[in-house]
Amino acid sequence: MKIIKTKIGRRSFIKTSALASGGLVVGFSWLASCNMSKEEVENLPKEWFEINGFLKIADNGMVTIMSPNPEIGQNVKTSMPMLVAEELDVDWNDVIVEQAPLNIDIFTRQLAGGSQSIRQGWESLRMAGATARCMLLEATAQEWEVPIGELSTNEGKIIHAGSNRSMGYGEIASAAAKIEAPEEVVLKDPKDFKIIGTSRKNVDGKKIVTGKPLFGLDYKEKGMIYAMMVHPPAFGMKLKSIDASEVKEMPGIRDVFEIETYPEDFEKSWVDVNAFSKLAVITGDSTWEVMQAKKKLKVEWELSKHITEQQIILDKTPDLSSTGGLESTKIHKSLMEQIGSDRAKVVRKDGDPEKAFKNAARIVERSYSCPFLAHNTMEPMNFFANVSDNKALLVGPVQTPEYMEQSVSKRLGIPLENVDIQMTRMGGGFGRRLYGHFLVEAALISQKVGAPVKLVYTREDDMTQGTYRPAYYATYKAALDANNNLTGFHVIAGGIPESPLAANRFPAGALENYLAEEWTIDSHVSVGAFRAPRSNFIAGAEQSFLDELAEELGKDPIEFRLELLKKAQENPVGENNDYEADRYAGVLELVREKSNWVKNDSGAHRGVAAYFCHNSYVAQVLEMTMKNNQPVIEKVHCAIDCGIVVNPDAATNLAQGGIVDGVGHALYSELTLKEGVPDQTNFDKYRLIRHGEAPKSIEVYFVENKIDPTGLGEPPFPPIMGALANALYKATGERHYHQPYMTSKQILG
Amino acid sequence: MANFKINVNGEQKELDVDPTTPMLWILRDHLNLVGTKYGCGIAQCGACTVHLGSTAVRSCQLPISSIGDQKITTIEGLSEEGDHPIQQAWLEHDVPQCGYCQAGQIMSASALLKKNPNPSDDQIDRAMNGNICRCGTYVRIKEAIKTAGKNSPVA
Repeated sequence: MKIIKTKIGRRSFIKTSALASGGLVVGFSWLASCNMSKEEVENLPKEWFEINGFLKIADNGMVTIMSPNPEIGQNVKTSMPMLVAEELDVDWNDVIVEQAPLNIDIFTRQLAGGSQSIRQGWESLRMAGATARCMLLEATAQEWEVPIGELSTNEGKIIHAGSNRSMGYGEIASAAAKIEAPEEVVLKDPKDFKIIGTSRKNVDGKKIVTGKPLFGLDYKEKGMIYAMMVHPPAFGMKLKSIDASEVKEMPGIRDVFEIETYPEDFEKSWVDVNAFSKLAVITGDSTWEVMQAKKKLKVEWELSKHITEQQIILDKTPDLSSTGGLESTKIHKSLMEQIGSDRAKVVRKDGDPEKAFKNAARIVERSYSCPFLAHNTMEPMNFFANVSDNKALLVGPVQTPEYMEQSVSKRLGIPLENVDIQMTRMGGGFGRRLYGHFLVEAALISQKVGAPVKLVYTREDDMTQGTYRPAYYATYKAALDANNNLTGFHVIAGGIPESPLAANRFPAGALENYLAEEWTIDSHVSVGAFRAPRSNFIAGAEQSFLDELAEELGKDPIEFRLELLKKAQENPVGENNDYEADRYAGVLELVREKSNWVKNDSGAHRGVAAYFCHNSYVAQVLEMTMKNNQPVIEKVHCAIDCGIVVNPDAATNLAQGGIVDGVGHALYSELTLKEGVPDQTNFDKYRLIRHGEAPKSIEVYFVENKIDPTGLGEPPFPPIMGALANALYKATGERHYHQPYMTSKQILG
Repeated sequence: MANFKINVNGEQKELDVDPTTPMLWILRDHLNLVGTKYGCGIAQCGACTVHLGSTAVRSCQLPISSIGDQKITTIEGLSEEGDHPIQQAWLEHDVPQCGYCQAGQIMSASALLKKNPNPSDDQIDRAMNGNICRCGTYVRIKEAIKTAGKNSPVA
């Protein structure tokens, strides 16, 4: 039991009600008109009563719960309302879920990113449900003239045991809506949970499998025209001029013009990442017609004048001086290998690592790297915008609506309160939709043409305009003494344009003599967060190195990690270690048990890895066999400690997906450049993992505890790259240091 | 521009469009059947999969001029009430994450089961390899196809 202060005052309630008749209804009339099944229409209640911004109760007892955060496939549209329903104490079958409007006065942190939705909504969503339940009880106590303490609830009913009376929430909802919200409420003890911790199906499942319009690309309005943009072919170039004469004559084409997403003096916030601001735009009557015109449009490009640190470095490189700073992957690689460590800065130092290396009997040194990756959400970037009369309505897929509202307002000079962003389901995010330049672009286009517009990126546009996962590089060194003790540890890591290092994470804290250094190299190529930023490289590198180190020391790789963690727990080095060693060890022990690691009776080649990020702990064992001289991934065991698991089957699905995603990117994917031009423009050359290459089975085990929930969308993704490399070594005898591990012709399975 | 009469989900549709227009955009822009998804435009991702007759095809590479009197079935027409064994199996296994590719996955899977109600793992992989799922739901898709195979009326 926990008592918390409520944050739903009278003021925010009134504000919500006002919104409910405005923005909310407009947004959902579209969804409702398209999506209602026969059964839903028949069971429609006559009247809804808004209890607070989070929920409405109908006269027939149905409950509508608003899901505040953007849905990118992490299933928050189901799991967040489950938290509200738990404390409200309703039958989940009576719950309808709606995507909430953007309203940060009511809903905290309406953002999909950093694996934080459940963690940060844990109290506020339960508070919303508990508050509503309190108001229902208060209204009933007044109506029945009994003390509120004599009332209890059970799955949508209020019960007065003394007089053997009961009443459905729907019967008292209209009175409850008039009750003042309580100042504090009691939250349930986790042992009393009825909904949290039980598996509930995806609330949009039926709509997804029947092809109902759910996604941004599906959104249409009357009079809407289609728009596409043309961006420079190479990073480091910009638009010079457009010759639209031929294209304007093409059927279905309305207009061709130039927009500037973010002018040079625009003060960008962190969500305003983009590579190309000046774009050529084509508008027309249908997607296909605009696509055809896009191929024919004549555009001249010129080198960008913007001088970066990268160019200064590149100018020293003879074979690049003639290209004016157009970057190639080949050069990036040699820069990372040669220049990186010269510019490294110390981030953390424990003990005397220099002395340890000077006195070492043996030094083990290995380097790891990974390429740029495109996010490649299956739904390409797109957005609907209707800008008129100093107002902007924007509808579509974006992970950061509350930030993009500000960017659109600032760029178009429209007051913030006149910018309305509505969230649709997203065909994937992975971090790409944190950066919403496409909202600004759609809004500028709509403003220019004076009509509702749908901006659509082709796959090629989506893949070649940047916002990539950075390219990273790391060198690990270990000092071993004559008795095979690990006496020193040194990591130097960096990347283009950011470092992947998390210097205070394991194995920091477990090593007496530890040195961590980092460096960066600037670039024209724009980058952004990609599922588990930085961890998505450094986990695999570190876990591969620890595997090789265990082998050098003649130790079992799990036992070796547990020894280090024991040291970190019992006698930690340094003060800023940002992990709990016992929970780290806990997932390793669980995966060791579940995978039958010690007995090893599967006959498979196995690799292990463990990592901590986004407040959660994950350990994985990957089992591989060789068939016809090709490695086949038979099974992955995955142990997770993310505190209380809200929706176990959906959580398992998310972890399975993260593992497939990690295996795929580590094995196959890369975005490479030649003189600023991406080599991969579509899925014919950009390899993503396919059905036959995925692990045959994935078992997920959750540590059971009563700790408040932590992240899950990202943590299962990074360590699998290490487990995979370590299993590949066992299966093939070859260590893999550089992603992607497979050459373009190799296949798995 | 040219006039076409096509059969989509059992209904006759008449359109006056550019003959090169792929069925993907006919469905999405002209017929308002947006369940069929755009993913790559070059038949590499499978998000746009529909049935031409009883065969799974990529509608992004299928110009309207090539249809003639062959019947097109989209995700919206796979079953009247959304209760095709494949759709039910998808719900039972709670397959989707983001959900964007799933209409294409379902259309490929239902075409497979029509020909082979009891496919092996290898047969599933071969039939489904053209459908990318960026969220990585492959393991569940395979399980759902097997469940649907068991629940399908014998062909």
